[in-house]
Amino acid sequence: MSDIAINTAHAMEEEHHDEGRVKVYGFLVYILQDLLLFATFFATFLVFAGSYDAGPFPKQLISLPFVMVETFLLLFSSITYGFAMVQVHRSNLAGVRLWLAITFLLGLGFICMEVYEFAELIHEGAVWTASAYWSSFFALVSTHGIHVTFGLIWMACMFAHLSRKGLNAHNKTRLACLSIFWHFLDIVWVGVFTVVYLMGAMS
Amino acid sequence: MSSSILLGRLTDPNAHALDMLKHEPIVLYTVISIGVIGALVLAAITLMGWWKPLWRNWITTVDHKRIGIMYIILAIVMLVRGFADAIMMRTHQAMAFVDTAAMTSPETAKLAAESAGFLDSDHYSQIFTAHGTIMIFFMATPMLFGIFNYIIPLQIGARDVAFPFLNNLGFWITFAGAILINISLGLGAFARGGWLNYAPYSDIIHSPGTGTDYYLWSLQLSGIATTIGAVNFIATIMTMRAPGMSMFKMPVFTWTSLVSNILILMIYPPLTVVFILLALDRYAGAHFFTNDGQGNPMLYVDLVWVFGHPEVYVLVLPAFGILSEIVPNFSHKRLFGYTSMVWATLVILILSFIVWGHHFFTMGGGTAVNTVFAIATMIIAIPTGVKVFNWLFTMYKGRISFEPPMLWAMGMIFTFVGGGLTGVLLSIVPADWQIHNSAFLVAHFHHTIIGGVVFSYLGGLAYWFPKVFGVKPNRALGIASFWCWFIGFHVAFYPIYYVGLEGITRRLQHFTDPGLQPALITAMIGVFIIALGIICFVLQVLGVIVYGFRHRGKLPVQDNDSWGAGRSLEWATSSPPPAYNFATIPTVHTTDAFWDMKQSGHVRQTTGFHKIHMPSNTAAGFWAGMLLVALGFGLVWHIWWLVAVTFVGTIAVIIAHSFLGNEDGYYIPAEEVQKTEDELTAFLTHKGATA
Ligand code: HEM
Ligand SMILES: [Cu+2]
Repeated sequence: MSDIAINTAHAMEEEHHDEGRVKVYGFLVYILQDLLLFATFFATFLVFAGSYDAGPFPKQLISLPFVMVETFLLLFSSITYGFAMVQVHRSNLAGVRLWLAITFLLGLGFICMEVYEFAELIHEGAVWTASAYWSSFFALVSTHGIHVTFGLIWMACMFAHLSRKGLNAHNKTRLACLSIFWHFLDIVWVGVFTVVYLMGAMS
Repeated sequence: MSSSILLGRLTDPNAHALDMLKHEPIVLYTVISIGVIGALVLAAITLMGWWKPLWRNWITTVDHKRIGIMYIILAIVMLVRGFADAIMMRTHQAMAFVDTAAMTSPETAKLAAESAGFLDSDHYSQIFTAHGTIMIFFMATPMLFGIFNYIIPLQIGARDVAFPFLNNLGFWITFAGAILINISLGLGAFARGGWLNYAPYSDIIHSPGTGTDYYLWSLQLSGIATTIGAVNFIATIMTMRAPGMSMFKMPVFTWTSLVSNILILMIYPPLTVVFILLALDRYAGAHFFTNDGQGNPMLYVDLVWVFGHPEVYVLVLPAFGILSEIVPNFSHKRLFGYTSMVWATLVILILSFIVWGHHFFTMGGGTAVNTVFAIATMIIAIPTGVKVFNWLFTMYKGRISFEPPMLWAMGMIFTFVGGGLTGVLLSIVPADWQIHNSAFLVAHFHHTIIGGVVFSYLGGLAYWFPKVFGVKPNRALGIASFWCWFIGFHVAFYPIYYVGLEGITRRLQHFTDPGLQPALITAMIGVFIIALGIICFVLQVLGVIVYGFRHRGKLPVQDNDSWGAGRSLEWATSSPPPAYNFATIPTVHTTDAFWDMKQSGHVRQTTGFHKIHMPSNTAAGFWAGMLLVALGFGLVWHIWWLVAVTFVGTIAVIIAHSFLGNEDGYYIPAEEVQKTEDELTAFLTHKGATA
């Protein structure tokens, strides 16, 4: 009899433990399809890498130092998210909140800089209607930006989740998934930086 | 352009919101009858007081079995819709012969051509586009997802899918897409550019109306839903299999479903992107596929076929899987060559990505490119052939019982091989230069998609029908349905091969060579024979609905092993299965897990059950779906306030769900499990006593 009781208690523990594992697995599968989504945008961009039509040309418009700052904001935000996850494993709610807030601000800074950069480009006549090059430029870069924005919304929701339920199993899983998402966007940005900005500045 | 803030371009005369209703009596009467039938159904539900149970048991359900049934009902309704289009096209083409050469002036010739048959060219173009789009995205795909949903968790011995809420959400997004595409019937028009809507024809200059926008947004919805589903099933199959079920002990249907979902995961992103890009061209003046601004329409063709070719494998691989379940069951033998079946599936997964170019041999790829794609295409015939031989060897010296599912399976093998052979023919580049985009192609892909996909799915429905309802559908109707489809298909499509070889291209609204009319009339007769098959099938379904009514929605528990020769785990639990599928999760030792249980004299547990953890229902998926219909509608008609409100609303619903949804689920108490299991025990005891 006690044998059965132990077994069921064990099984139930397993169930919850399992749920988190399944969720993270599923989220990784989702990231895989997001990767292919970006791959298609990259392919499109590369197809149009020289399709400037009558101009403007990226070489004159891209400011590498500005984009470097943007890049570092995002890279640092990945590191700070990492610190947040360390605090998750230590079950230190205050620490999680602190690092998450820093990550949020860095991400917000990235988005603000990107919006500013777009406004400048448009001001200079580099609009998405100018040529296939600029169409695919805006499509690729803003797809990444929209992803980051959704990441920020998600992070904002996490503060509310944490206030409601603290670091329970569900919230830990959520934070783990968001962490995968955030690092993934970082890696994609490295691609964007190389393919769009470095190659654009050299073209 | 005169568009109002409140109603967008609904009020713009150039957008032709009500033109189809005004000028096409067929459309008018269809819309009126849909309206009347819809109103009657709603009235009936209200009168009978069914809203509450409908809401509680179906609309908000997260039970994979109920969601599966809803997908299949949607697919059957869309089958009827897509088939109505097919009947119209075939009847029209059989009549649409004009001798333009005898006309005195080009003007009279044009007039005569326009009045040929009963569909003008604009309407005909909309119909073939709607037919192709609906059949692929809203008939075949939902039917597939219905079968995935119902069968996969049962076959792997799981209690539900990995993400029950996403499952519900995915259904409602599919539903939203189906509603949106059908709104185009009455309001505005549908796209005219074929089921893949090539640019630059579909850009804003050449297709300014609402048609392409309906196409884009309804397919975008279908794409999101399908992707969600694929994530769900991959996670389910990879992480939730019963203990002991290693990858190479999975039933072949689960295997092919896994591969099909991996394909979905890989090919829907390009489709999503290509539709986003086309939408940016149309809505924001971008230059991806336009002729100016250095855009490149060929990129569109490439990207849609990177999706399009593997998509046919998405549909057909699970069809192969279904056959691999039916054939052993009704041959009373184990499947021949399980391992080669799995490897053939994996080889097809890889090969299906390197053949897309065979869809445009004539579009300037050059000899080297064409040769690569041609050879890759021919090679696919090999793993496919492996599968066919495996089925044949399974039947060889088997004790075959000719139940309806087996008829479908044998009909599939016969027909699909024919379609495959004409496919190999098309892969030969010089031959393709002759018959590319001809009626020969139309006949070829219907040969594979009806013979291969539809026959298998209908066979699958017939096979698992008793699992779902406990009773078998009417056998005579099932046999009649099969023979009507089988004969009707061959009568309907062999003449199309012939007219294709005679030089008729696809998508033609009228013909000038009267010598070909007899062939098209024959094809029309074939379609009417298929119609009889569909009627028999619908009657079967109605029969079960009546049965359901008689039992007031609670179907009696029946034999788990409905056909008496089940091999995989879905036959281990009662028919219909309880909400929790398995009271005790089975342990798997061999590939044919249930067969093994029967052989080794496994004794079913009848007492001492535990409470079972279940996910809670939610209304979030339904509301998100409804908001997405409105979002799509706003985008099509440029009603920007609606777009903004529904976009924010959809995100809000999902976020709200993450806060308010009951993420801990609930428990079915042990006593209730006991009561449910007792019903099956009683049935089996009774059966044992009478046998
Ligand atoms: C049930 C009997 C069916 C009949 C009689 C039928 C008939 C037709 C006809 C007459 C056309 C137009 C040919 C042309 O003018 O070019 C067509 C096109 C098409 N059908 Fe079917 N069809 C049937 C079932 C299906 C099914 C089950 C599917 C897919 C699951 C399907 C997918 C398509 C597609 C993709 C097109 C191409 C549309 C385009 O031109 O872009 N059909 N069919
Ligand atoms: Cu193909």
